[in-house]
Amino acid sequence: MSTNIKAAEASPVRRYLPLLGVAVIVLYCLLPFYWMFVSAFRRPLDQFDNSLLPSPWSLDNLKAVFGEGVGFGRALLNSLIVAGVTTILVLIIGLIAAYTLARLDFRFKNVVLAIIITTSMFPGISLVIPLLKLFIDIKWINTYQAMIVPSLSFALPLAVWTLTTFFRQMPRELEQAAMVDGCTPAQAFRKVILPLAAPGVFTTAIITFIAAWNEFLIALSMVNKKEIQTANVAISKFTGISGFDQPFGTQMAAGVVVTIPLVIAVLIFQRRIVAGLTAGGVK
Amino acid sequence: MSATAQLAERPSKQPPKSRHRTSFNEGTGRLAAILLSPTLLVLALVVVYPIISALRESLYTSGQQIDEEGFVVEGSQFVGLDNYTAIFSGETGERFWNAFYNTTFFTVTMVVLETILGVAMALVMHKAFKGRAIVRASILVPWAIPTVVSALLWKWIFQADGAANALLGTQILWSTEGWQSVLSVIIADTWKTAPFIGLLTLAGLQTIPDEVYEAAKVDGANAWQQFLRITLPLVKPALLVAVLFRILDTLRIFDLPFVLVGANKDSVETLSMLAYDEASNTRYGPAAAYATILFLYVAVVAYVFVKLLGADILGDAVKRKPNGRRRRKDKDAAPPGANTVAMAGSTHGGGSVA
Repeated sequence: MSTNIKAAEASPVRRYLPLLGVAVIVLYCLLPFYWMFVSAFRRPLDQFDNSLLPSPWSLDNLKAVFGEGVGFGRALLNSLIVAGVTTILVLIIGLIAAYTLARLDFRFKNVVLAIIITTSMFPGISLVIPLLKLFIDIKWINTYQAMIVPSLSFALPLAVWTLTTFFRQMPRELEQAAMVDGCTPAQAFRKVILPLAAPGVFTTAIITFIAAWNEFLIALSMVNKKEIQTANVAISKFTGISGFDQPFGTQMAAGVVVTIPLVIAVLIFQRRIVAGLTAGGVK
Repeated sequence: MSATAQLAERPSKQPPKSRHRTSFNEGTGRLAAILLSPTLLVLALVVVYPIISALRESLYTSGQQIDEEGFVVEGSQFVGLDNYTAIFSGETGERFWNAFYNTTFFTVTMVVLETILGVAMALVMHKAFKGRAIVRASILVPWAIPTVVSALLWKWIFQADGAANALLGTQILWSTEGWQSVLSVIIADTWKTAPFIGLLTLAGLQTIPDEVYEAAKVDGANAWQQFLRITLPLVKPALLVAVLFRILDTLRIFDLPFVLVGANKDSVETLSMLAYDEASNTRYGPAAAYATILFLYVAVVAYVFVKLLGADILGDAVKRKPNGRRRRKDKDAAPPGANTVAMAGSTHGGGSVA
């Protein structure tokens, strides 16, 4: 038996198989993205060229994205406003709830936690339709708040869940020590816990921001004016020169513009994002 | 057993601390209620209110109708369960059942595919000692790309003269209609989320101590036996949670087929798309009825999943409480299995409220 194991360990197949597997996974994840990237840098007339690298490289598609009348810059700004405000609101409201859930002992705690998680599971469409009617009545259509408020429905449970896990990992003695030194519970939270929890809060902020930035259904339903639509909706509605063909070059370029900041953020903060995602166990 | 022994010992060992804790916790119920109220209020406004309102809405029709005497009636009218009966019969019935079938088919195939691929990826990553950082970074890329952008990206690959056909040497019109558009949606979704399942499974794998495998090796278990008897059972809790969230996510799938293939395509129309289509044609009553049925469907699936497989959604959180001291209180609040019950109960409660 033991010789068997040794033989298996020594065999080059066993040793290099994982590396090969890693290569396959990396290719699997990155090839489609690579294709979008190179397509964005082709000349519009080489658009249907299937060579692996654009020849020659061209910025025409990118210029077209930011061209006049497309309003993509504005759409990016809208996305930034909606996702940014959603994240800030969610953090402010969610921090208090998460800290309460992590630290205080009270009846129905698990029930409250379960309710909060459950709310993130409801299908977006069953929330959007009634809210759409409501927003028509109160004249919120084509406003930022019409996109921000419904976004809280998935972003807030996500953040509360992740933050609760982070707070639980911090020893309770921290506040107790602070209170022995004369802090009120609120001061202990503000002066001791919050600075120490900053990495966790930051992680939650990134995950919330990415989720809100990627949102589509709400933004599509609540807005029909071009000036206020988010980048995702704008990309999906790009029209070509003729009505029929889809302007893929422009769309790929816009996709790259939307994605590159996210990809960079992911590369820089990958450890934290993974910690946040696995801590929450929630999408 | 040792846990109970510890619990029995503890109060006698540390009486001052436990007394201190009770005074610390006096009146916390009220404080907790105050501190939780903003979150619960927001969720009531953006989740509970819409659900109840959708239920009410689904009993009305809106827009212009002609009444029995031939007069035009404006505004919404109470029609009882008409919106629902219409769903299950006639022409709208066909469309509904098609969407229902598509939603279910997508959920089953995608989740199965993604789970298999995800677990395979996790196993590879777990075995690999080199290049882990690269894999982890690249695995997050599909997750971070907005679904809309990934839908367009795949639409581009699946163009008539796009990369997929060039690679396969075929002339398939992928994202138009029929089986090929279904396949293109499945491929695009699997690409985006299988790595994510892999990531969560990997986290589960890393909690399994090496000694378990060494013991199995000594006992002469081969790789497959080790996988079936050790890896799978131990990784099950993490995997179940990931799978549950994927199931709930796919049941409400909207943006991917909507952008990749388009609206009003029989082969990929899902319940969410159907409801959206009705709403965008200002037929809010039927739209709300479709949304309500989808909501009930999601609730039932979540309930059954949690009941049958015992996905322990809260268990993780409860177990991770750092202070052993608090375990006793937790025991009182949550007897074994209460997490699952609480979870299932609230899903059920949500269902019956709505």
